[in-house]
Amino acid sequence: MSTLTSHRRSPAAQPPTLRAKRLPKWMPPAIALGALLVAAAIVYGTGLGGPVLVVVVGGLLYLGGLYAAANAVEGQRAARNRTWSALIHSAFVLAVLPLASVVWTLLSRGAERLDADFFGTSMNNIGARDPNGGAYHAIVGTLEQVGIATLITVPIGILCAIYIVEYGRGRFAFAIRFFVDVMTGIPSIVSGLFVLAFWVLIVSPYFSSTGRPGFSGFAAALALSVLMLPTVVRSTEEMLRLVPAPLREGAYALGVPKWKTILRVVLPTALPGIVTGVMLAIARAAGETAPVLLVAGGGAAINLNPFENNQSSLALFVYQQAGDASRYAPARAWTAALTLVALVLVLTIAAKLLARRNRLGR
Amino acid sequence: MAKRIEAADVTAYYGGFKAIENINLTVEPKTVTALIGPSGCGKSTFLRSINRMHEVLPGARVEGSLTIDGQDIYDRDVDVTAVRRMIGMVFQRPNPFPTMSIFENVVAGLRLNGVRKKSILDEAAEKALRSANLWDEVKDRLGKPGAGLSGGQQQRLCIARTIAVEPQVVLMDEPCSALDPISTLAIEDLMFQLKDKFTIIIVTHNMQQAARVSDRTAFFSIEKTGDPGRLIEYDNTQKIFSNPSVKKTEDYITGRFG
Repeated sequence: MSTLTSHRRSPAAQPPTLRAKRLPKWMPPAIALGALLVAAAIVYGTGLGGPVLVVVVGGLLYLGGLYAAANAVEGQRAARNRTWSALIHSAFVLAVLPLASVVWTLLSRGAERLDADFFGTSMNNIGARDPNGGAYHAIVGTLEQVGIATLITVPIGILCAIYIVEYGRGRFAFAIRFFVDVMTGIPSIVSGLFVLAFWVLIVSPYFSSTGRPGFSGFAAALALSVLMLPTVVRSTEEMLRLVPAPLREGAYALGVPKWKTILRVVLPTALPGIVTGVMLAIARAAGETAPVLLVAGGGAAINLNPFENNQSSLALFVYQQAGDASRYAPARAWTAALTLVALVLVLTIAAKLLARRNRLGR
Repeated sequence: MAKRIEAADVTAYYGGFKAIENINLTVEPKTVTALIGPSGCGKSTFLRSINRMHEVLPGARVEGSLTIDGQDIYDRDVDVTAVRRMIGMVFQRPNPFPTMSIFENVVAGLRLNGVRKKSILDEAAEKALRSANLWDEVKDRLGKPGAGLSGGQQQRLCIARTIAVEPQVVLMDEPCSALDPISTLAIEDLMFQLKDKFTIIIVTHNMQQAARVSDRTAFFSIEKTGDPGRLIEYDNTQKIFSNPSVKKTEDYITGRFG
């Protein structure tokens, strides 16, 4: 025989053609349908469970069937590719499912009390038999407490991150980073207890008109700041580190002082990321219940003054209404939860739009 | 206007590592000086020590004396920002500020140093962009982001940004290494024009470029990896490329080494 024909093609050599057999387009959906039918037959035939089990078994059958079919027609590599793609897509669906479920539950159950009364009145003088009552006081509380906490946290957090990234050298910067990391792990109830012990019991008597310790929305804001600070510092720090060094050098080379370079070149470049970090912190703070309960005390009446007397918040309102014996309370809790999610969503969208407007989009 | 730069026994460190040792050279006003040599020989380090950009890196320091028209720029009472305003720098990769428009990029140096008046900024922007041969290409889209330009245009934008603050010396650290031949040619032409007003020092790996654009050439080299870079030969470009007096220079420029 000639050397040419006896010469075996090594696996690395070029295949003679670039074309390969492919599964027909209708095949994967057909396999999925078949898998579901078989799964339904098994599950209902044995009387083991309901539709959820059908989907789970069907999904597993689909993966197996797809692998087998693709392996037979397209070869092993393509079969693996298809199976892993299917797995990744199912992981995505699994991740989105809880979110969709939460949104749907909130919308469907929260719609019942989505009326003007809910947003215009408080729980003052609302008894167990009263179907009305609202969360105005809680909305005001959440906005004031989170607003004050943001005002406290954002400047401190951003300055702290600037120190760590741009100025800090050696042990001191390392220590700050370390303690910020430790702060990230503080449970919210501990932060609440700290403010209760430090601010409410010791400091607040000097400021209150009665001279006695008292709950206040401001105390809640302090507790929330303790929780927000590490998030703001760490996310800002990461964003500042992402700003390329050549940008800073470009500014230095123009004779721009360091502080101005940070203010006018580094911060604007990192702004969208910083805004995202701040919004994450705000979202976390807005959902906190325990510290508000500990240091603002809750309350049924509208209190616009964050520095004196009890205040409620939306998260606390949800907690209290959900545990209330009145049969009208659960509906109020659901609507308050919906309001809280909507509030955070609106704030996030607004902040993102603001940050984007600052960049050049023309 | 353009200034004479004298380096005497300049030695630069990165922490404990000595990157260049005892560099002595004098750069005449209104000339183009090219720094050539193999990678890691300290050309860029020397260039960056001329406008005190070397010390931006943590642990980096410079010894010896660098004078510009007789003033030592490493004196204790010298203002770093004033040095850098007098000695501008163009980097290897174009680095326009991403949050700023083309116009804002060009006037960034002026604006961030306190110039507010719109008429002055407009005039300076046009002048700098014209000097950088970029005006005709961008005059209708000054409000667009600077990062949207092509690589060659971005580099000319960075040159415009540098010369807008009217420095007296312009340092260029391999300004064409990320650019195509046409953009490179545009920037080389530009150097010829800028020579009338500025003293230019350019680091380049491209020996044809050094031969084309420079009046004087300095050849840097190292003995082996880890040794500090030294100045081997410094002479008129024509002499260096036709009849170098040191064997090592000849080996390098004829491609036998490095």
